Amino acid sequence: MISEFFYMNGYGYYVLSSFLFTLVCFLGLYIITKSQLTKEQNKFNVKFGELNSEQVKEAKKQKIYKEIIATEIFSKI
Amino acid sequence: MKFIKNYQFSLVQKSQKIVLYLFLIILTLGLFEALILSPQDYLQGDSVRIMYVHVPSAWISLGIFSLMASLSVMVIIFKNKVFFLVAKSLAPSGFIFSLVALVTGSIWGKPTWGTWWAWDARITSMLILCIFYLMYLIAWRIFENKDYVTKITSFIAILGFINIPIIKFSVDWWSTLHQPSSVNIFSETTIHSSMLIPLGIMTAAFALFSLLIFLMKYNTELIKIKNKGLDRL
Repeated sequence: MISEFFYMNGYGYYVLSSFLFTLVCFLGLYIITKSQLTKEQNKFNVKFGELNSEQVKEAKKQKIYKEIIATEIFSKI
Repeated sequence: MKFIKNYQFSLVQKSQKIVLYLFLIILTLGLFEALILSPQDYLQGDSVRIMYVHVPSAWISLGIFSLMASLSVMVIIFKNKVFFLVAKSLAPSGFIFSLVALVTGSIWGKPTWGTWWAWDARITSMLILCIFYLMYLIAWRIFENKDYVTKITSFIAILGFINIPIIKFSVDWWSTLHQPSSVNIFSETTIHSSMLIPLGIMTAAFALFSLLIFLMKYNTELIKIKNKGLDRL
């Protein structure tokens, strides 16, 4: 039963390698994206932790949406 | 995230988890349908199962690029950088889907056509799409000037969009190895429901994956902006 599944009438090598390639690509992209997100979150936490009480108040007033439109902040992928 | 109570942040972060769980559930169901429950093709045998990863990847890569091109047009018209940020966040998953479509198509070509690769109209135009995705991503890496990178990436997306109808209609316009579309919106679908259902489930799973990556990338971009905001304090 299991060997039949893997053999797939001689097409198992093609079918399973296609599925495996797809899943590996998905996993790779997920890991890379997640690590970039975690890195930025950690960077933010460190920076935020270093602020004094006045700066914390100022930071809370910052609106992300407005910043995107009003400033020209770009980052690399 | 300690202080961020921004609505946009909360929404993006909460939806990430929901989309991840939904994706895993639908992918499991889709894999079970595609590899076990769906029938063999009378002509292609079990190799037809490659369709369940190849076709959704191709559809989604085309869809994402079309969206990126539309957003780039809106960037030019409205000068709104949110569109630009959305387009930028969509690009990595679009590239991966175009790569998956190319590689799985090549693997499917070997048992079906007897060759891994042919300079056929559909395959070549898909390769061009993959190159456009790559150019878009590389542009972010190599150009330092922010105004220039906005223009160049918008130009790449709009120029690359010309290729989308070529990919879609290549099988009708030219004599190619690639079979014509079996799933049609405006005319009769020639694929049996026993294959159409797993194809639909896998497409839903892949769409959820692209949404997940988009949300994560978009969230990363927002945090990067927030970090730069903190630097200014």
